Amino acid sequence: MLKAFLTAARGPTVCLGRCFSSEVSGAVSKLAGFSSPPFSTEASLYVHWPYCLKRCSYCNFNKYIPRSDNQDVMLECLQRETETLLKLSQVSRITSVFFGGGTPSLAHPAAIAAVLETVARHAGLSEEAEVTLEVNPTPIGSSKLENFLHAGVNRFSIGVQSLRDDDLKVLGRDHNTQHALQTIAEARRLCPGRVSVDVMFGRPGQSVASWELELDELLSVCDDHVSLYQLTLERGTQLFSQVQKGQLSVPSDDITAVMYESARRILQNRGYLQYEVSNFARNGAISKHNMSYWKASQYLGVGPGAHGRFVPHGEGGVCREARTQTLEPDVWVREVQQRGHGTRRRIPLTHLGLLEEVLVMGLRLIDGITHQHWQLFSPRADLHQILSSSSEVQDLQQTGLLILDDRGLRCSWQGLALMDSMLPTLLLELEAHITQGLQQQARVSGGPHHPGAPAAGQGVWRPTSPRGSSSRPGCPA
Amino acid sequence: MQLSLIKPQGCATPFLRHLLDFRVYQTRQRSQSCNIACTVIRHRWMKRAPVFCTHITTNKMISTQADKESIDMSKFPVERIRNFSIIAHIDHGKSTLADRLLEITGAITTTDKNKQVLDKLQVERERGITVKAQTASLFYKYQGQTYLLNLIDTPGHVDFSYEVSRSISACQGVLLIVDANQGIQAQTVANFYLAFEAQLTIIPVINKIDLKNADPERVEKQIEKVFDIPTEECIRISAKLGTNVEQVLQEVVKRLPPGVVANIALFGGYLSKGDRIVSAYLGKSYEVNELGLLRPDEHPTDRLYAGQVGYVIAGMKEVKEAQIGDTLYHQKHPVEALPGFKPAKAMVFAGMYPMDQADYSALRSAMEKLTLNDSSVTVQRDSSLALGAGWRLGFLGLLHMEVFNQRLEQEYNASVIVTAPTVPYKAILSSAKLIKEHGKEEITIVNPAQFPDRSVVKEYLEPMVMGTIITPDDYTGKIMSICLNRRGVQKNMVYIDDHRVMMKYLFPLNEIVVDFYDLLKSMSSGYASFDYEDAGYQAAHVIKMDILLNGKPVEELTTIVHKDRAYSAGKAMCERLQDAIPRQMFEIAVQAAIGSKVIARETIKAYKKNVLAKCYGGDITRKMKLLKKQAEGKKKMRYIGTVQVPKDAFINVLKRKDK
Repeated sequence: MLKAFLTAARGPTVCLGRCFSSEVSGAVSKLAGFSSPPFSTEASLYVHWPYCLKRCSYCNFNKYIPRSDNQDVMLECLQRETETLLKLSQVSRITSVFFGGGTPSLAHPAAIAAVLETVARHAGLSEEAEVTLEVNPTPIGSSKLENFLHAGVNRFSIGVQSLRDDDLKVLGRDHNTQHALQTIAEARRLCPGRVSVDVMFGRPGQSVASWELELDELLSVCDDHVSLYQLTLERGTQLFSQVQKGQLSVPSDDITAVMYESARRILQNRGYLQYEVSNFARNGAISKHNMSYWKASQYLGVGPGAHGRFVPHGEGGVCREARTQTLEPDVWVREVQQRGHGTRRRIPLTHLGLLEEVLVMGLRLIDGITHQHWQLFSPRADLHQILSSSSEVQDLQQTGLLILDDRGLRCSWQGLALMDSMLPTLLLELEAHITQGLQQQARVSGGPHHPGAPAAGQGVWRPTSPRGSSSRPGCPA
Repeated sequence: MQLSLIKPQGCATPFLRHLLDFRVYQTRQRSQSCNIACTVIRHRWMKRAPVFCTHITTNKMISTQADKESIDMSKFPVERIRNFSIIAHIDHGKSTLADRLLEITGAITTTDKNKQVLDKLQVERERGITVKAQTASLFYKYQGQTYLLNLIDTPGHVDFSYEVSRSISACQGVLLIVDANQGIQAQTVANFYLAFEAQLTIIPVINKIDLKNADPERVEKQIEKVFDIPTEECIRISAKLGTNVEQVLQEVVKRLPPGVVANIALFGGYLSKGDRIVSAYLGKSYEVNELGLLRPDEHPTDRLYAGQVGYVIAGMKEVKEAQIGDTLYHQKHPVEALPGFKPAKAMVFAGMYPMDQADYSALRSAMEKLTLNDSSVTVQRDSSLALGAGWRLGFLGLLHMEVFNQRLEQEYNASVIVTAPTVPYKAILSSAKLIKEHGKEEITIVNPAQFPDRSVVKEYLEPMVMGTIITPDDYTGKIMSICLNRRGVQKNMVYIDDHRVMMKYLFPLNEIVVDFYDLLKSMSSGYASFDYEDAGYQAAHVIKMDILLNGKPVEELTTIVHKDRAYSAGKAMCERLQDAIPRQMFEIAVQAAIGSKVIARETIKAYKKNVLAKCYGGDITRKMKLLKKQAEGKKKMRYIGTVQVPKDAFINVLKRKDK
C-alpha cells in the first residue's frame, strides 16, 4: 500500500519532464543534427556474433567456440530478433549498424547482407548509414573484406591489438603482425577513410618506449581512426591467472598512465584528434555508431548477450528500458525461435537512471555534455543547478580537472584520464538534486492521490499508458 | 515474590512486539519463605522500533500464543530441576553440544540445519561465536522421572568472561568442555576457576573425539594435572556426531545437586498470569500478561514455580523500565531489592559518533537500547570538534567493541565512526589548579583528546593485566619474543603435560588489547591460547600521538603510546594507513606527530589514470553498477579535509602486525 502511494505521489513529477520531451523531440532532433534526441523514432543497432575460432587470453566477453556449423540457424535468429525488436521499438530509421563479437568476420558475408536487408525492410536504413564490422586480421578475414563491402558494410574496425608477434601470442590472438598489416592495407583499399584499428597497451612486459615505437609504426600504416584500450585483467581469464601466479607481469598503474598520456600526445602530433577517452580520428572520421552510445541515444541490441536501450513503443511503453538478451547462444536461439526474441532482462530506466547514463557516457567525450544536449533529457534541471553549489564539484573545477561553463560540462585534458574518480561525486550530486526535486514535487502536489487520477494543476500529466495496457505503468520514479 | 532484573537482551525478533518479555532465572537460594525471587536476564523488543508505543494491544499478543501447549510447572519440584551451564574455550564445541542437547530432549527437531540454535544474533552466526548467554529449558526423562534441565549456553571469547561469570552464578554445575585435540586452553583454565570459586559441580566433557588427531587420554591427564579432577570423571563425546551426548544428560541429572537456586526461587509462592509486580527501582507496577519457559523459543505457561527458568511479559512500555539489576516483587509483598550484580569492568574505551550529526538522536536511541541490552558497556556522553556529539564507551575488549559496533549497524541500521580504542590511563596531577578542578589528584583518562600535558602531571599510570598463555612448547620461543616486544614481564612458566606450557606474563593492557590474541593465534598456527585478568596500575612514560592526513589531525586515530614505542608505532600506523587509504586524485601525506613534531611520514601518490577503456557492445549496465556502488561507498567515507577514508581503514590500521 505504502509503495503504491509513493509511486502515485511521484508519478506526475517524472512524467512532466518526460512527456514534455517526448512531444517536442521531433523538432529538437532536426535542430541538434546527428546528436540523436532521446525519444525520437531513430535508433542505432548493435548485432552480436558470439563465435570465435579461439579464446583470447584476456577476453571475458560473451563469446563461444562453435561446436558445429550453425551459421544458418544463427542468421535466421538474428534476422528474426532484429525484426521483433524493430517492431517493438517502432523506430522508423536505423542510423548506424555495428556488427561486433565474438568474431563477426567469421560470419558469411551473405549473413551480414541478410541482416541489413531485414533492417531495410522493417525500418529505414539510408545509404549513408554507417555500417561497421569488427574484423579479426587473419588471412581468412582479410580475404572476405570485399564480400563484406558488397554485403553493405562500409566501415571496418580491425582488432590489431599489437604489432608484436610475441605479444599477440601471449594475448592468444589468432593472427600475427604480417596478417594485421595486410588486413589494414586491404581494408583501406576497399574503404578508404573508413577503417579503424584497435590497439592495446598495458600488455605484459610492455615498456613505455616500446609502446611509443609500436604506436608510431601503427600510425604510419593505419587509416583515419584509432581506438586504444588499456588491457584490463578480467577475473576468470587465462591472463588473469597467469598474472596472479606471477608467470607474467603487467605494467603498474603509474606506467600505464604514462603510456596513455604519451599515446594521446603522439596521436595529437600526428593529427588524430581525441574525441573520446579511447578514440581518436583525423579528417573527421569519428565513429557515428559509438557516438550514439556516448550521446545516450536509443539503440537496439540483437544477438546473444547484446544490450539495448530503447522505448518499447510497440507495446505501449513510454519509458526507455535497459535490455539484455540471453547470453548463451544455444538458449538464445531457442528463445528466438519460440517467441521471436531472446530478451532476458528488461529494466525500465528511471528519470534519474537515464540522466546518470547521459552523464557517465557524455563525459567520456572530449566535448563533454553541452547544455542543449542535457536539456533534451532534463528540461527542468540544468547542469548549473545540479552541480554548481557543490563544494566538491567546485574543488574539481579549481584543480582544473572538470569544466562547467557556458558550453556545458566536460573533463579537462588531464581530467579525462581521471574521470572515474570524479563520476561518483557527480552522480551523488545528481541523485541528491533529483530526489530532492521529487520530494518537493510530492509536497507541492498535495500528497497522496490515486494513481491515474491527475492532480489539479498538473497540466501535462496524463495517463501513462496510452493504449491502456495495465502491465506497463509509467516510468518508475 | 521477588524478581530481579539482571540482564535484558535484545534479539532480532521477526515479529513486531510492543511488550518487553523477560527471560528469568533466579540467582540465589533461599529457604522457605513466601516470596518468589527471580532475576531477569534478558528481554526482547521489536527490531528497529523507533519508539516504544505506550498503548499496547496485549490481547492480541496472548491470543497468538494461546494455541501453544501449556506446561504445568507445578509438576517440577526442586528435586527434579537442574541448572547448568556449558563453559569452554572458544571453538571447543559449546554451541554444538547445546544443539544436540536440545535435539535429544525434543526442544527442537533433529535436522542437519541445527547449527548454533541458541546463537540468535546475526553477529553470532556470522562470526560463529556466542556473545550473549542464552537459556533453554529442557525436559529429560531419566529412570521414569521427568527432569527440568535449565541450560545456559555461554560465550567463549575472553572478552565475554563477564557474561560467563554471570551465567555460572545462576547454576549448580557446569559442563566444562575441552577439545580432544587441542586440550586445555587459557579460557578453559579461566572458566574452570570461575566455576571452582563459585563452588559448582564441574563435569569435564572431552569433545570432538571423532577427530583424527583426537587424544582424549592426553586431555584427561591434563585435566587431572591442572584441575585435580580424576580422569574417570571425564565424559568423552562427539557433539557433532551425537556420540555419548545422552550420557552427558544422565550425568547432569546424577551429579549436579538439585536446582533449588533456579529461576524463580519459590519460597512458598509462585508467579501467575495476571499478578501485579512492582519494580523496586522505578516503583512502577505491572501486570504479568504472559509467562513461560524457553525451550528455546517462548513457551507460555500459566504459572512459574520455584526453580524454573522462564520469561515474563509485563506491560512495560519502554526499554528503560527493564533495568538491569532491578528487583521485581509482588505488589502485596514488598521486599528489599536483591543485591545487583557487580558491573563488568571496561578494559577498552572508544569514542562513537554518528557519521552524520543529523543522525545523532537516532543513534542515541539505538545506543540506549543496545547498551541496556548489553550491560557490560559503559556509556559517557562525549563531544569533539572534529566528530561532533557522540559517546565514549567502555568495552570488555576489542572483539566486544567490534561486536557492539556490528550490532549497531545490523540491528539498528546505524552508521558510526569509531575512534581508536584506548585503555583507561591514569595521571597523578601536579598542577594545583587542575587538582582543584578535578577535585582529586588522580584522574582517569579514557579519551586521548583529554590527555593532560606532561607539565601538569607528576606521573602517568597505565593499566596492567596478568596474562595466561597456554601453548605447545614448539612455539614458546616465538611467543616469548612477542611478549617481550609487547613489554610483557614473565612471571611464571610450567609444563602442564609433556608438550604444553603455561606461561604467566604481566602486560600493559594497551599492548595486548587490540590484536595480541590474533597475533598469538597466527604465530602458533592456532594452538596457543590466551586469557587475562586485571592487575592494577603501574607508572609508565606515555605520550599522546596524533596522526595527520595532509596536515589535518585524524581524531579517531589519536592514541596514547609508550614513549619508547612512539617512533615505531607512528611509523607502523603511517605505513598501514598508506595501504588502507585508496589512491585519490591528489597526493596524500600521512604523518605521525607528537605535539608539533612529525616523527613519521608516508606518501600516498595521486592517481594518474582512472578511466574505463571501453564499454563492450553498449554494455553500460555493468559500468553503471560499479559507479553507483562507488558513489554509495563514497557516502560512507569519512572525510579528513578533502581526503576520503574508508570507514574500516581506521580499525584495520590499529591492528598491529609484529614481524
